[in-house]
Amino acid sequence: MRVQLRHRLGYLTALLVALALPQVIYPGLALDIVVWGLFAVSLDLLLGFGGLLSFGHAAFWGSAGYAAGLAAKHLGVPFPVAVLAGVTVAVLLALPIGYLSIRRQAIYFAMVTLAFAQMLFYVTNEWRGLTGGENGLQAIPRTFPGLTLPSGSAAFYYAALPLALLGYWLAWRAVHSPFGHVLVAIRDNEARAQALGYPTRRYKVLGFVLSAALAGLAGSLFALGHGFAALELLHWTTSGLVVMMVILGGVGTLWGSVIGAAVVLLLRDWLSTSTLTLAGVSLKDAWGVVTGVIFVLIVLSFRRGVWGTLLQLRLPRGGSRPAPRAGQTTAGGPSAADGG
Amino acid sequence: MALLETDSLIKDFRGFRAVNDVSLRIEEETIHALVGPNGAGKTTLFNLLSKFLQPSAGRILYRGEEITALRPEQIARRGVARSFQITSLFEQLTILEHVALALQADTALGYRFWQSERVLDQFRERALAILDEVGLRDLAEREVHALPYGQKRSLEMALVLARDPALLLLDEPTAGMGREDVERMIALIRRAGTGRTVVLVEHNMGVVAELADRVTVLQRGSVLAEGTYAAVRDDPQVIEAYLGQTHA
Repeated sequence: MRVQLRHRLGYLTALLVALALPQVIYPGLALDIVVWGLFAVSLDLLLGFGGLLSFGHAAFWGSAGYAAGLAAKHLGVPFPVAVLAGVTVAVLLALPIGYLSIRRQAIYFAMVTLAFAQMLFYVTNEWRGLTGGENGLQAIPRTFPGLTLPSGSAAFYYAALPLALLGYWLAWRAVHSPFGHVLVAIRDNEARAQALGYPTRRYKVLGFVLSAALAGLAGSLFALGHGFAALELLHWTTSGLVVMMVILGGVGTLWGSVIGAAVVLLLRDWLSTSTLTLAGVSLKDAWGVVTGVIFVLIVLSFRRGVWGTLLQLRLPRGGSRPAPRAGQTTAGGPSAADGG
Repeated sequence: MALLETDSLIKDFRGFRAVNDVSLRIEEETIHALVGPNGAGKTTLFNLLSKFLQPSAGRILYRGEEITALRPEQIARRGVARSFQITSLFEQLTILEHVALALQADTALGYRFWQSERVLDQFRERALAILDEVGLRDLAEREVHALPYGQKRSLEMALVLARDPALLLLDEPTAGMGREDVERMIALIRRAGTGRTVVLVEHNMGVVAELADRVTVLQRGSVLAEGTYAAVRDDPQVIEAYLGQTHA
């Protein structure tokens, strides 16, 4: 089938780009794009397909980063085991946080998740003996039997890539699974789903935990890759940044989130070395302002985000394409509105 | 034997009593209509029965078992299916996917986030058969937002039927329908009701006359009269309650 072929070519291209990335840009930035992209995809799974806007996803990204760092540093486990420790901690936190937050809707849900993330931030800051407080965890080793993987190296990038791809695959699979259908149904019409016999809260908690597990996978790889875990991992601006990436890319498009992450990170990197000045202010010092302006411009001109708009442009020419699968359609807008 | 019973059911909204001391007995394998002028509390009572509202006082029994504190999905799993008055569907699913989702609800497949959605193909045949029953088979692959109103109501019935329920709670199934659609819906409810129990909230007295074995007339939240359609129609109290009301 033509559509299927096009999809396969798309995935093949993405894989080639992922493999070539550390040759084109420096490996540290390449890793950032891959793991922040996964973080953003994890949030889009919850926001775009579950209709739930979490404003506290730094809790899972950060706690997993610390847990992976502690496991690697104090137990000396190989890095994939440290990642597993990080994911486990994220899941264990997501169970109670998800259970309690999904009792609230829309903006109240966002506020409750933010509150939990803030609690975790302060606990981590105060628990100096374990977390290093404001200094964070320094010099986290990355060991792999028989190999040394220096921080910021292409070697670690390639070692981490399969785990990240596993995360991406899991997100895609969840969206295109029986669970994905139920999740989208609950997002569109919760009362209807209940009347059919679906315990909707349980499904929402499962969606929340899955999303947190992927955010934890991304956060673990991020902390291990950089060799440190700092408080910034848990800061509310981290939660805000990942929401921005998802919206930039296009809510409910899954892969758009990766584009959103890449745009933000490349822009930040470019501005940090740029010598451009605007009205006497060096753009280097104002990357937040520049990113913010670009964010506003994109949201105002492409309401479905970068990727969502591209899909939208392509669809009308498709002719007799098969009915879009649940959630793969580009109409992520309403769910974002519901979520907010 | 009564399949569904209520015992002195009361629902208060901030000092306003919408349902006042209602005791009902819905006999097995009957079609039971709830009627009454606007504001009589039919919809509130319906939402209490389907568990979308919690009563302020009183009990609800299903098959002799108390279900007062259960959630909607819990009674759905015990064989109660409800329809919605405001056509309430999932905008992004196709018609076939809607019915498959209703069929899937009886399984634990919904938790399998690691499995391909292709496993849902197993519901295809049954879903098509149900769509055939409500006259939507030819439109199976269409997305639902493109459907005309009458067909959305038929899909609503298909979702109820897919649950193969013992008790059907139908909220104004013919509301807003043209004459031909109403005729088809009556036939459909009659067929669907065979061997099942149906509770029907309905404004259209023609539909009630055709379908209902028993009729309960509500007024200001209380039961005003109960009996066959012919009996309540001639009840002077009922006539007075309806005076000046249009019968749609």
